[in-house]
Amino acid sequence: MPRPGFVLDVDKSTPPILFHHGENFRLEKLPAGRSRVIYPAEPHPGIDDVDGAIRHALLNPLGECEPLPALLHRGMKLTICFDDVSLPLPQMRRPDIRQRIIEAVLDLAAQAGVDDVHIIAALALHRRMTEHELRHVVGDRVYDAFAPNGLLYNHDAEDLDNLLLLGTTDRGEEVEINKRAAESDLVVYVNINLVSMDGGHKSTATGLASYRSIRHHHNVATMQKSKSFMDRHKSELHSSNWRMGEVIRKADVKIFQIESTLNNDTFGTEGPLSVLQKREWEWNLRDRASFMAMKAGLDRMPTSATRKLFHSWRAPFGVTSVHAGQVDAVHEATLAQVYSEQLVKVEGQTDILTMGLPYICPYNVNSVMNPILVMCLGLGYFFNMYRGQPLVREGGVLILSHPTPWDFNPVHHPSYIDFFEQVLSETTDPLEIEQRFEKDFAEDEWYRHLYRTSYAYHGVHPFYMWYWGAHALQHLGRVIIVGGDPAAVRRLGFRPASSLNDAFELAADVVGPSPTITHFHNPPLVMADVS
Amino acid sequence: MSDAPRRKRPPEASAPLTKAKVLVAFARTQVPSASHLLRGIEFPLRPPTVPGSIEPLPPQKRTGADYDTEWARRPTARAARRALFEGLIRPTISAVADPEVRGLDRVGHIDGPVIFAANHHSHLDTAVLLSALPARFRNKVFIAAAADYFFTNRLAGGASALALNAIPIERTKVTRRSADLAADLIADGWNMAIFPEGGRSPDGWGQAFRGGAAYLALRCDVPVIPVHLWGTDRLLPKGAKQLKRGSTVVTFGAALRPADGDDSRRFAARLEREVAALADEATSDWWSARQRAHADETPSLSGPDASAWRRTWALGERDPHQRDRRQGAAKIWP
Repeated sequence: MPRPGFVLDVDKSTPPILFHHGENFRLEKLPAGRSRVIYPAEPHPGIDDVDGAIRHALLNPLGECEPLPALLHRGMKLTICFDDVSLPLPQMRRPDIRQRIIEAVLDLAAQAGVDDVHIIAALALHRRMTEHELRHVVGDRVYDAFAPNGLLYNHDAEDLDNLLLLGTTDRGEEVEINKRAAESDLVVYVNINLVSMDGGHKSTATGLASYRSIRHHHNVATMQKSKSFMDRHKSELHSSNWRMGEVIRKADVKIFQIESTLNNDTFGTEGPLSVLQKREWEWNLRDRASFMAMKAGLDRMPTSATRKLFHSWRAPFGVTSVHAGQVDAVHEATLAQVYSEQLVKVEGQTDILTMGLPYICPYNVNSVMNPILVMCLGLGYFFNMYRGQPLVREGGVLILSHPTPWDFNPVHHPSYIDFFEQVLSETTDPLEIEQRFEKDFAEDEWYRHLYRTSYAYHGVHPFYMWYWGAHALQHLGRVIIVGGDPAAVRRLGFRPASSLNDAFELAADVVGPSPTITHFHNPPLVMADVS
Repeated sequence: MSDAPRRKRPPEASAPLTKAKVLVAFARTQVPSASHLLRGIEFPLRPPTVPGSIEPLPPQKRTGADYDTEWARRPTARAARRALFEGLIRPTISAVADPEVRGLDRVGHIDGPVIFAANHHSHLDTAVLLSALPARFRNKVFIAAAADYFFTNRLAGGASALALNAIPIERTKVTRRSADLAADLIADGWNMAIFPEGGRSPDGWGQAFRGGAAYLALRCDVPVIPVHLWGTDRLLPKGAKQLKRGSTVVTFGAALRPADGDDSRRFAARLEREVAALADEATSDWWSARQRAHADETPSLSGPDASAWRRTWALGERDPHQRDRRQGAAKIWP
């Protein structure tokens, strides 16, 4: 039985605590008596018979929905959509759960005599997936059967000929999604719910949508009203997506949603990374030796090599649930599963919240974690890993640990470079950025061309990354980054610190000399249920 | 006195006898020879002789299906086999057959014991299959090998047992001994690899599956993993004297378990259909193969019921790499 997550009160005998630090790690001693550490639960056991669970889900759908075989018939148009490379993090070991589900769906389709099948990576405004990445997600069998015939491809949010406006919500939000999906007799959406933010109507309403549609919820006002994104019922982002989902439903687009959840087994129980999944006082001689050896190696290796090393890691995630059927019913079951694995009860807020940011976020798979993504991961994702109220009090301080290099991948993030140079050098205020700069970037022909034909994120994407952090920026009194490139950190509007103690000194200006401190020991993933 | 001239003695003979030579000659008369010693060993140190009035028992057969392979599963033999495999067999197969392995994800969650049942074209099949198996299976697998081919003498049997962990299987008659041995090994946690066709394909097309693998799966209640091997017949077909270099494809299928009411015959037929579907998948694509499988239109492993030349011609159309070629490219005579 896995041990649940818990909150550790730091005392004098607490060992130094592990902080992720990009492609490296730090061990930091936290002040005794006023610090606490939130630890994730141990990984829940994965399902032994995953294929059996998938089949059961397809034959016993949730909500008002018929079993999948009853929805499949000869002569129909079937479109299978799946989450892109941003999920899960890190990528999971083969076979990916999406491959297993897609194969099961296709097998039923073949049985029913369905010929017209398209498979689409629902990547919204993300970069296109490479062949290698697609093969990893859907498997070689599906790739070889569909991709050479042009039947497996990336969604293109700028292909006006292949988008269809389905209508508007009661608040005037336009709903424009992939035309093939909209005109299909059945859309099967295959999702991975790594965190509670994923899935539901967001899968289709965002994953298959265009900029024209996505802009209605990916904006500063919506983000600031989402408290938090991880709590769907208090997230304006999700409310907007749910309204759009209703428009899609009324437009007679039939969706069969398949959601899966993974456990917390990010670093495994064997190998050098397994130590990252253990509580520090439980490190044995072998763990300590492997950690020291790993750190010594990482300290001496060039960043490009450590980056390559970490991005080649495939997590041994176990599949903990598969639900299928009507979108809302499926998503509620999925959320219950995610919460049961990740939620940790935490009493009260803190003055200072500390976090170690790892090497990866949803938007730098096989790429560089540039300063904008550091901001997005810290203030957008980790800050929002709460239910109830934020872990840190209003006006408190967030201390992040990350090298924050002034470094960008020019293929994946061309518009990020210009955003960093041209926009952030003028202002870091999300509202001003949105009003003054967004349209130009979003409609820039060169970025559009790179998004459609290369492997670039859409021109507007860095803006969205900034907006993800808008709620945190509004809430926090100061953000400090430990061990980051000072120039890059200052460009973000944050304060650089060379050590955690320096950061505490800097924070004292805002929160006083003896603040309470909470460290968010993440990843493996944990979510705070703050009372 | 004769007048005949006295023959000269050879120089060495004429040489005076040395003291050492005299001593050696003396010792020879005193020390018994080795053969003399052996002759002196008597029963019970020697085997008994048989009285003339007694008809002796027929000598115990120690080849063919009676070859005892137990020694080949001891730790020392296993270590030697592993070294032989990693040091010789795998590099050779890699260089000669360049196997491309597909479908391993289908067996990723299975620990064993299992039975791997593959089609059979060539002597290379076993080595190619072994090199494609994940280590957890390969390190504890035995091969069902034809007793009348691989165990005809003790040298061939020893080599087969050591290199492949082969056990002799009688294919010309039904015997309990082979099945019992295989069942005992499976019960002991060993995986089995078997070619249910019972022999190599004579013309590149498959033969009907026999019931051995299915029978053992039913008897031991273990799953069977169908495997399709493509390309080995082009490198070393039956009857060929010379090995060619080329590429091969090994496709693993999902584990099969006997359904309620399945007997060996029915389960063997199902197994054959699954291998045929894998062949279809390997030579076309997964989706088309699944569509044909559900429509009961999977091409048979045994090929078209036509004249020899047409069967040979049809073989050329089954190429897993044909999708890589440009459409409309000229057909190449196989």
